[in-house]
Amino acid sequence: MDKLICKCGHENPPGTILCESCGRPLNEQEQSKKLADMRYEGTARRSQTYNKSIIDKIWNFFSSVKIGVGIIVVLLVAAAVGTILPQKQYVPAATDADIEAYYTDIYGSVGTVYHALGFHDLYNSFWFIGLVGMLAISLIIASLDRFVPLYKSLKNQRVLRHSSFMRKQRILAEGPGEADTLKKAEEKLAELKYKVSTDKNGLLAEKGRFSRWGPYINHIGLIIFLFGVMLRMMPGFYVDETLWIREGETRAIPDAPGYVLESKGFTLETYTGEGEEEKFGEAIDRVGTVAKNYQTDVVLYKIPEGALPGDTADMEVVEEHAIRVNQPFKFDGYALYQMDFQQDELKTMSFALQNKETGESRGDLTIDLVNPETTYELEDGSVVELLGYYPDFSGFENGEPQTATPLPKNPGFLVKMTTPDTPDGETSFITIQNTVEPLGDNEYKLAFQGVETRDASGLTVRKDRTLPILGLGGLIFMIGVAQGMYFNHRRFWIQQQADGSILLAGHTNKNWFGLKKDLDQVTEHASLPAYRDQQEDMEAQEKGEGEQLT
Amino acid sequence: MTLADISSNLLYAAFIAYLIATFVFGGAVKGNKKGTYKSEQRWGKVAITITVIGFLAQLGYFITRWMVTGHAPISNMFEFTTAFGMTLVGGFIIIYALYKTAVLGMIVLPIALLIIAYASMFPSEVSPLIPALQTNWLAIHVITVVVAEGILAISAAAGLIYLLKVVDQKKKTKQRFWLEAIMYSLVLVLGFVVTSTFFTLTNYEADFAYVNKDGQPSEITYNMPAIFGMNEFEAMTDGAFTPLVEMPPIVHAGKLTTVFWSVMVGTVLYALIRLVFRKRISEMLQPFTKNVNLQLMDEINYRSIIIGFPIFSLGALIFAMIWAQIAWSRFWGWDPKEVWALVTFLFYAAYLHLRLGRGWAGEKSAWLAVIGFVIIMFNLVAVNLIIAGLHSYA
Repeated sequence: MDKLICKCGHENPPGTILCESCGRPLNEQEQSKKLADMRYEGTARRSQTYNKSIIDKIWNFFSSVKIGVGIIVVLLVAAAVGTILPQKQYVPAATDADIEAYYTDIYGSVGTVYHALGFHDLYNSFWFIGLVGMLAISLIIASLDRFVPLYKSLKNQRVLRHSSFMRKQRILAEGPGEADTLKKAEEKLAELKYKVSTDKNGLLAEKGRFSRWGPYINHIGLIIFLFGVMLRMMPGFYVDETLWIREGETRAIPDAPGYVLESKGFTLETYTGEGEEEKFGEAIDRVGTVAKNYQTDVVLYKIPEGALPGDTADMEVVEEHAIRVNQPFKFDGYALYQMDFQQDELKTMSFALQNKETGESRGDLTIDLVNPETTYELEDGSVVELLGYYPDFSGFENGEPQTATPLPKNPGFLVKMTTPDTPDGETSFITIQNTVEPLGDNEYKLAFQGVETRDASGLTVRKDRTLPILGLGGLIFMIGVAQGMYFNHRRFWIQQQADGSILLAGHTNKNWFGLKKDLDQVTEHASLPAYRDQQEDMEAQEKGEGEQLT
Repeated sequence: MTLADISSNLLYAAFIAYLIATFVFGGAVKGNKKGTYKSEQRWGKVAITITVIGFLAQLGYFITRWMVTGHAPISNMFEFTTAFGMTLVGGFIIIYALYKTAVLGMIVLPIALLIIAYASMFPSEVSPLIPALQTNWLAIHVITVVVAEGILAISAAAGLIYLLKVVDQKKKTKQRFWLEAIMYSLVLVLGFVVTSTFFTLTNYEADFAYVNKDGQPSEITYNMPAIFGMNEFEAMTDGAFTPLVEMPPIVHAGKLTTVFWSVMVGTVLYALIRLVFRKRISEMLQPFTKNVNLQLMDEINYRSIIIGFPIFSLGALIFAMIWAQIAWSRFWGWDPKEVWALVTFLFYAAYLHLRLGRGWAGEKSAWLAVIGFVIIMFNLVAVNLIIAGLHSYA
């Protein structure tokens, strides 16, 4: 394409709408308009100029505001759809099959369809992530398409513009002036913190140009944020583990090599409604109990470097700490959060090996429900063998006992009891509520004696090295948004012709009300001709015509 | 009088001040002769003075309640919604100082009144904070959000005035229908307030046993005659109104009953208004807008969003993420409230891009501003009460 040569002699890149130098409209469409299109200073944008190669087409697609807004709206609607039913992470089911069954059981056919469409995990679906990716591309391309020419144009602004440019500005004043009008206007504008430059018979006053960069800066912030989110997929950047630790237990912290945690105990406090808390009495009466504090007291140890894996003999205390909700325990880039708890978790169960008929006991055994032994030898030579242990027994599947979780919530034991009376051994399956004897009637049984319980804390282990990047993105976004929205770019062009008459034009990217207030002051000080708002005039005219028609 | 009493009396005082100011603003606008603003200028001053007094009283309520509870009073539906009413009035006072628009007061104040009345239907006793809320981020995050929403809501009020003026009441158009639908939904809120107040004053209570969606036996207290019964309900209160329809377990029939009564009473109220005045509500309001400068309303609409959007981004997304990282170990978890904050953000982002990039000003902007308010209200009401998540604290 050819360069566009303006009447003033300036060579403009192809696609330019308003001459870069004098501001004359360069195409017929623009010439016929009453008001100049000032959005990007009438510069040549790549997307408006080229449309031949496939790259042009992609570029044009993503630089379009229509497409950008379209993506935003689709994302918005999709995000909303994902809240109709809970997402899978908020559903009390673990396996895929259970999750699917849950949606059908609880929400009926709606739930079945919701799950079938993949809406139960909508925000991780490839199409949702794809849309976010498209938005990111659109942010980059649309910004570049506009920023580069806009920057060039505003940097190389001329003071003197052609009268056709000035007359197509929304704010326009024409009329007689005095010899000192320009000087007085310059004085006042400078006082209003405008940067004034003069050339021959004209002046250009400008304020807040930096606000024009606001949108591009906030887009950079968003890109950095999205980049940070993407980085989490990289190994080593992000750790998300759950650590269940019981009172008195010492455990290695998952994904935090070298660190070991001991739990001193879990505390749950509730509001009493007494003393200081008396004011809460009414609320507590209405809702029952209200939790006041969830806390796990822990000791953090570090295994010295060079020690063998699992060798905890030489480990050193790093710190004692109370982990509470809203007060995570931070160390070495990791953080431990108080997320969940289980009170009175079963710790041990004791049984007596009894003769069913006589009730005579051959001795007691205590099974540790976290680390059970395989055989328990009693004093008189009887042996109880633990053939199978199911910490959270959930029923039989194909004749096999199943456990739902590894937590000892509902322990089931498959045992073989051998006594001097029954040297061949007898098999029994024991759960809290009943005993099954799969291979016929037994002579002996394990009679339940008692349990010991303790509390367990559910902690989240987190490392997120992307947080500084996300924070930076958020900060840049906020700076950009504030810059673009709380400030605006105001300009006045004033020219005095040889006969003394004044031509004034004003433009702002937003807040015309503020621009007019500035101009009112300048007009009064420098006795400028009265200005008019051409857009208001046009609207009033349209309305006038409309009223005549009706 | 204890500090708690002073606090609630200040709220009453604010309510009454807003009520009076509504009528003074209405009178100020009505008194204008065509093309002049004399009445508006004279009476507007009186009205804004009363509004400011009301706002100061409500600020007094807010501060004293903070002193009583020991935490920022934005921790439950009553407190948050009341604060929203306050920031709405605060936003209006700022815009009035800039643009001197009495007609905006005539629209904003009754909406603020409705919001505060709605808030009062929730338990207002002083409640303790659960562990997740015990942090300064409660005050920082929620106050920023409520201020932003108050300012954003002003744009909807300006949009509404714009629409009241431009939508032709004589022609049967989609615009006329939807504008009236907005008026109708405001009357429904009034219906909720009237119904709730009536049954509270008459002390209506009926207990039912039922089986919840997880198959567990539960109990529920209805404060309105139960139209809809919970799953496998059984009345525990003698002589209680027997539910007409039993609902499946996933539907909270208690809430549905409240919605049903509110819609019924609201619709009756609306029908009465139509019968008495023989006009649509928007038609009745239209004469008040005869002197409205459309361009100014468009400017206020845009300006409020420009002021409110950055504050909303800061409070509802950035502060929210910081707090979520501290309390829940992840800055974002697609909890419904988080999602709806994002939806609100994206919506206003779309508004701004349509306006700047596609020249959507005037009537289109006005409709968008009103829809924005609907989204904010949806997030406040529906997401808290219907879509239960980590944030539901009602």
